[in-house]
Amino acid sequence: MAERFDIAIIGGGNAALCAAITAAEKGARVVILEAAPKPYRGGNSRHTRNFRCMHDQPLGPLVDSYSEEEYLSDLLKVTAGKTDKALARMVIRQTQECLPWMQARGIRFQPSLSGTLSLARTNAFFLGGGKGLVNAYYRTAEKLGVAVIYQARVTHLELVDDRVARVDFVHNEKPQSIAPKAVVVASGGFQADIDWLARAWGPPARNFLIRGTPYNRGEVLADLLDQGIEQVGDPTQCHAVAIDGRAPKFDGGIVTRLDCVPFSVVVNNRGDRFYDEGEDVWPKRYAIWGRLVAAQPDQVAYAIIDAKSINLFMPSVFPPVVADSVEALAEKMGLPVRETVQTIARFNAACGDSSPFRHTELDSVATTGLEIEKTNWARPISEPPFYGYSLKTGVTFTYLGLKVDQRAQCSVGNQRVANLFAAGETMAGSILGQGYLAGFGMAIGTVFGRIAGEEAAAYAT
Amino acid sequence: MQPELLAEARRQAEICNACRYCEGYCSVFPALHRERAFSDADLTQLANLCHNCRGCYYACQYTAPHEFDLNLPKALAEVRQASWQDFAWPQPAARLFQKSGLAISAAMIAGLTAMLWAVQNVGGSGESGFYSAMSHGAMVAIFLPAFVLPLLSVAIGLRRYWRATGGGAVRAADFLAAFGAAARMRNLDGGHGDGCNFEDQDRFSHARKLAHQAVMYGFLLCFLSTSSGTVLHYVFDRPAPYPLWSLPKLLGVPGGMLMVAGTVWLTALKLRAEPHLGAQSAWGGEMAFIAVLFLVAFTGLLLYALGGSALMPILLAVHLGSVLGFFLLTPFTKMAHGFYRMAALVREAGAK
Repeated sequence: MAERFDIAIIGGGNAALCAAITAAEKGARVVILEAAPKPYRGGNSRHTRNFRCMHDQPLGPLVDSYSEEEYLSDLLKVTAGKTDKALARMVIRQTQECLPWMQARGIRFQPSLSGTLSLARTNAFFLGGGKGLVNAYYRTAEKLGVAVIYQARVTHLELVDDRVARVDFVHNEKPQSIAPKAVVVASGGFQADIDWLARAWGPPARNFLIRGTPYNRGEVLADLLDQGIEQVGDPTQCHAVAIDGRAPKFDGGIVTRLDCVPFSVVVNNRGDRFYDEGEDVWPKRYAIWGRLVAAQPDQVAYAIIDAKSINLFMPSVFPPVVADSVEALAEKMGLPVRETVQTIARFNAACGDSSPFRHTELDSVATTGLEIEKTNWARPISEPPFYGYSLKTGVTFTYLGLKVDQRAQCSVGNQRVANLFAAGETMAGSILGQGYLAGFGMAIGTVFGRIAGEEAAAYAT
Repeated sequence: MQPELLAEARRQAEICNACRYCEGYCSVFPALHRERAFSDADLTQLANLCHNCRGCYYACQYTAPHEFDLNLPKALAEVRQASWQDFAWPQPAARLFQKSGLAISAAMIAGLTAMLWAVQNVGGSGESGFYSAMSHGAMVAIFLPAFVLPLLSVAIGLRRYWRATGGGAVRAADFLAAFGAAARMRNLDGGHGDGCNFEDQDRFSHARKLAHQAVMYGFLLCFLSTSSGTVLHYVFDRPAPYPLWSLPKLLGVPGGMLMVAGTVWLTALKLRAEPHLGAQSAWGGEMAFIAVLFLVAFTGLLLYALGGSALMPILLAVHLGSVLGFFLLTPFTKMAHGFYRMAALVREAGAK
């Protein structure tokens, strides 16, 4: 590598790009080492769609206001208190200045998408989604002279005393090394390494689907943790949701989500119900069903609805299995017919007056007398045709990561590593240890990407 | 239409409908998101609403090598292209010309030859100016049917489109909305106003919109120029040629210059754009159509510049020949897109 770089950024998603742009604007010579080939650049940012943003008054596409306190309380609700409040507040406060910063670097927003009106005040949607954002940032970075090497898989950071002395990577199957003055790690979690996932979660993890990029294998994360860099987050935990069981193993993204659970009877492959399908609305429902399915035999479940409900939720990418009777549907889906028919019959018999049914709110239309009641939206599955979807556990990201301080700096024990910074998913565990809030990952990535870029540039130039 | 084109567009539209990230780019997505299932009529309407701005392709997380292999601009371009052929009357003419640069070139050469022959063998009838080369009567005898018949053909095609897509009664407000969208070419703005993606992959620019509008407004100016000449001739008894400070020239000269600049620019852009995001099989026909527009405008300007010289008769023949070819080919070339696009915009305005 003839060229000499001040800063190497490991990863090519939102946080990496924010760091690269910030550092290049400070005059640093920056190289991005992106593991993916160009069409798959951008990691999980490619699949994102919005940025949760605090604002005191209408800002860009966002209406009204969204205060620091409200933002924080929304976050605490989903993380069950597993939150570093000081860092969370810092991120929240900075989102407000990030939005115009993003716009100035080519990011364009659109009004809240159809089906997401509940987020119109809190989340700014990227026009074209995350890949549009990634494209715009690459254009901006390249204009600033940032070099980008695709298919550059970083294998090792050589730690000498309190510094990273060398970055080893493989490009075009050839091992290469560079010695930048500072390094920013922004290469996501390890969820695409199924073996690691299986070690952390147990063998059922082999049946999980990975919703995002197959390039987040956690190679750099493992390398740094092996060398004693401070870690954060529960290594056995990942953010998992229930998605369409026919989704591809990797990279299925948004279109594989299934919103039919509240209107369904959900059974496992024995034909038994296992949880209250009507417990809560999105996002809580969304956040728990991945785990619920993971706990079932073979990590699979089946949602069954009837003609009454087919148009009540966002269309999904794969058409449902259709049949004129529950019996025929069970057979088509490979479910034990007798048990499934029995479960539906028992459920139907337990349904009461469904006239107050309202699909947009918790309507308390519940079953009575079942071992596991359905507490909302409980209408009998009775009107043909009947529809079925299979559900599997889809992993969004892992929580294990690098612990950073408010300057995005990594450390070994109590000692800071002078030239090593981290941003994005790989350090998000420093802020939230559980749960997830829509658009908060992009908020962490943007805020910490900018901090890491600035700190790395200050150190290197 | 080949059923596999519709099947592919349907497959892609269903994926788009589950994603919705592109909702802000253009009119196609809000229209698409109103449906849960896509009939052939829905897909035909969506295809004609699509301006091929390509924003959705470059922003798509599911383009190849992803296994979903989305390329909505191409899928819709192919349905659009095929729909024009299906609706055209007479259909064989559309099949012959639409995709074939060669057939269009041959038709143009035939038009030019016919006019050269006419100039030499019919000639003027003692009139002055252009009419010394070809009499006014001969011009009218050739161009009146050559103008009216293609318009009739387009009208039949539009009627078929309207029926096939289940269009109902049309309100004046829908027309106004559609003309407004075309006048500003809103669907090439990208939703954010930065323009569309075309000549440099995912970079947004206004180049394609500006080039298109130069051709479109240039063409309209030329059309008005000819119309004003007709009025001057019949109403005010003032036959051609006209001086610079006359309506036909004040409209026609800038119009011709806009068309020349616009067609050259469009050609340059089209050569840089990725061909696999459109109906690749129609590329030759599209390029030939741009060349026809260039020829019409360029020979018109030449005729104005050199109308007083000895070259006039031959230039007149070339210009009239290219206009003749252009008129006759209108329902069967890319020119048809203007009519169907307007119909789709009117229909979308009504459906909203």
